[in-house]
Amino acid sequence: MSFPWAKEYQPRTGLTRWIDEKLPLPRLVYNAVGAGYPVPRNLNYMWNFGVLAGFCLVLQIVTGVVLAMHYAANTEVAFASVEHIMRDVNWGWLMRYAHANGASFFFVVIYLHIFRGLFYASYKAPREMIWILGVVIFLLMMATAFMGYVLPWGQMSFWGAKVITGLFGAIPLVGESIQVWLLGGFAPDNAALNRFYSLHFLLPFIIAGTVILHIWALHIPGSSNPTGVEIKSESDTVPFHPYYTVKDGFGLGVFLLVFLTFVFFLPNALGHPDNYIEANPLSTPAHIVPEWYFWPFYAILRAFTVDFILSAQLWGVIAMFSAILLWFFLPWLDRSPVRSGHYRPLFRKFFWFGLIPAMAVLFYAGGAPAEEPYVMLSQIATAYYFLHFLVILPIISAMETPEPLPYSITEAVLSSDKKPVLGENTAPAT
Amino acid sequence: MIRLVSIFVGLGFAFVALFALGNGVVSAITEPVSKPPEYKFHLHPRQVNFSFEGPFARWDLAQLQRGYKVYKEVCAACHSLNYVAFRNLAQLGYDEGQVRAEAASWQVPGIDPQTGEATTRPGLPTDNFPSPYPNDVAAAAANNNAIPPDLSLITKARHDGADYVYSLLVGYADPATFQVDGQTIQQAAPEFTTGPGLHFNPYFPNLNIAMAPPLTSKGQVTFDDGTEATISQMSQDVAAFLMWTAEPSLIHRKQTGWAALGFVLFATVLAYLAKQQIWAPVKPEKARRRRAGNA
Repeated sequence: MSFPWAKEYQPRTGLTRWIDEKLPLPRLVYNAVGAGYPVPRNLNYMWNFGVLAGFCLVLQIVTGVVLAMHYAANTEVAFASVEHIMRDVNWGWLMRYAHANGASFFFVVIYLHIFRGLFYASYKAPREMIWILGVVIFLLMMATAFMGYVLPWGQMSFWGAKVITGLFGAIPLVGESIQVWLLGGFAPDNAALNRFYSLHFLLPFIIAGTVILHIWALHIPGSSNPTGVEIKSESDTVPFHPYYTVKDGFGLGVFLLVFLTFVFFLPNALGHPDNYIEANPLSTPAHIVPEWYFWPFYAILRAFTVDFILSAQLWGVIAMFSAILLWFFLPWLDRSPVRSGHYRPLFRKFFWFGLIPAMAVLFYAGGAPAEEPYVMLSQIATAYYFLHFLVILPIISAMETPEPLPYSITEAVLSSDKKPVLGENTAPAT
Repeated sequence: MIRLVSIFVGLGFAFVALFALGNGVVSAITEPVSKPPEYKFHLHPRQVNFSFEGPFARWDLAQLQRGYKVYKEVCAACHSLNYVAFRNLAQLGYDEGQVRAEAASWQVPGIDPQTGEATTRPGLPTDNFPSPYPNDVAAAAANNNAIPPDLSLITKARHDGADYVYSLLVGYADPATFQVDGQTIQQAAPEFTTGPGLHFNPYFPNLNIAMAPPLTSKGQVTFDDGTEATISQMSQDVAAFLMWTAEPSLIHRKQTGWAALGFVLFATVLAYLAKQQIWAPVKPEKARRRRAGNA
């Protein structure tokens, strides 16, 4: 679907007309991210992160393919091959640091993208499918990142793989068999390293495919916006190009400034020193911690310390997976007729003073050692996390009275919507 | 229906988490955990001002050469440097002839061309630094069952890398007299002992390290540039050298970083100006004014 006022692709030369007849790919691009896609005119900078996430995916694939040319997935030489990349491959250190920090920044961007979706309730009808595909992408990213972290075959690679695959061992009856099947052995070894490498190479392309579906689904209702009011007329929109290409271009510049500061000046700040020690199955690190972007879920995993009908470990595993899987149901748990948190007074309070502090605590406690007071803090935050999404959100969204919404996006921007103002003004300034 | 299920599930998870919390609170009160002495007596590394730190870093080549000499004459007796090749020494300011001579001063494993038996030969620039022990078993046997770690990456494999190496080398202390907050470790934790073959060092995570103090006297290494070889000086120099072995591209990386940031900053400013110009006609103030004019 598109809006009736969407501009149509006009091939201007003989060649582009010829291509448009045979394979209208330029038309597809024009309608997807060109002037043929009308977008709400009031998007704020929180709407930059979708494009940035796409950039991160491309960056990871490009740097990853180059690293794969020099990396050797064998436990005997994997660690040394990474050092070979760092020392002997021309610009190999840049490729590796860009890839390692690129993974972290991919998650920074994705967390901000999800955060925007949660606050503006972008998941609500008619955009449920976009949200569901987004959660699928997030799960695929977590799997990809986890397996990628195993590849350098450092101490945290090995022990992280052991702990995470060990989670499946908590499943009653079949757990141990599943664990052995996943690893191809009783502990992470060459078989595990090889399959993780193979899957780490494959999954990004599956992510890319899911991203295409995510964008396809987005183009059916069109982008949401900070008011949550649907597009009513042409004056509510501007064409994606040049308005949002240039805005995303500026956002990309700001992103790169922060990202490159880490790559060139703090490349190991987000990593763990123990991963510069080669994997040693006989020596357990003092504190096994995953990468920072897994900390909230690691905190939830470790919050369940007491057996209650099920074993504590099984509770932790179920809770950790449920913490993400429950996102699939958000479109149906949030009953509010209004989307944007700007117009939902109760929702807004619980969001800023409940969910955000709980997430902050989970991030902090997940990276801390499994000692008090961190475990107690993560228990409180875990309880709130589940209450927020599964209890508070369904109840307050049904009972709160939303604040009055603007009549249209145009009214929200210009404070009146008597007549379309953009008809004659949409051409970019020259 | 879905919301009823959701509320039930949510309350369930919250209940179990809070039940665990209650349990934790009760056991924290009834059986408080006493923290081991490491919590109090383990010290953060001392801060050293190295030339390679900060955004405008550079190598102090004289220091790296001194540090190399400390490694060669002291550390290399037990510690390998597996990922570093002799050819890399050219980066420390040695010319080709010096690198060849330096490589030849080390014996590396080789094969006798006549008999095919294992032997040793003088190193070539393309060789990596040789290990002092043929394997881990030999290393453990010679060192009271502790394997001396490879030093190539040691400064990246520890928090506060170079500062940590420096602090460890100068930090050996007598546990009977070493005090934190006016208390010796025997007073704080009477059960604490430094076992046979171990050495007390508050910068080491469990306070007892298998390595005997390697730098014990002034002038243990004679520096070619005449720098006085105090224990602190030797420790700093070898810590700097080990930062170079861990990250030979460190300075090149930071210099490249400035060029990259400068370029991106320029591009970002251009993008910002382009954005301002393109958006100007639809910005609220402009658009409102234009509409008022048209009306």
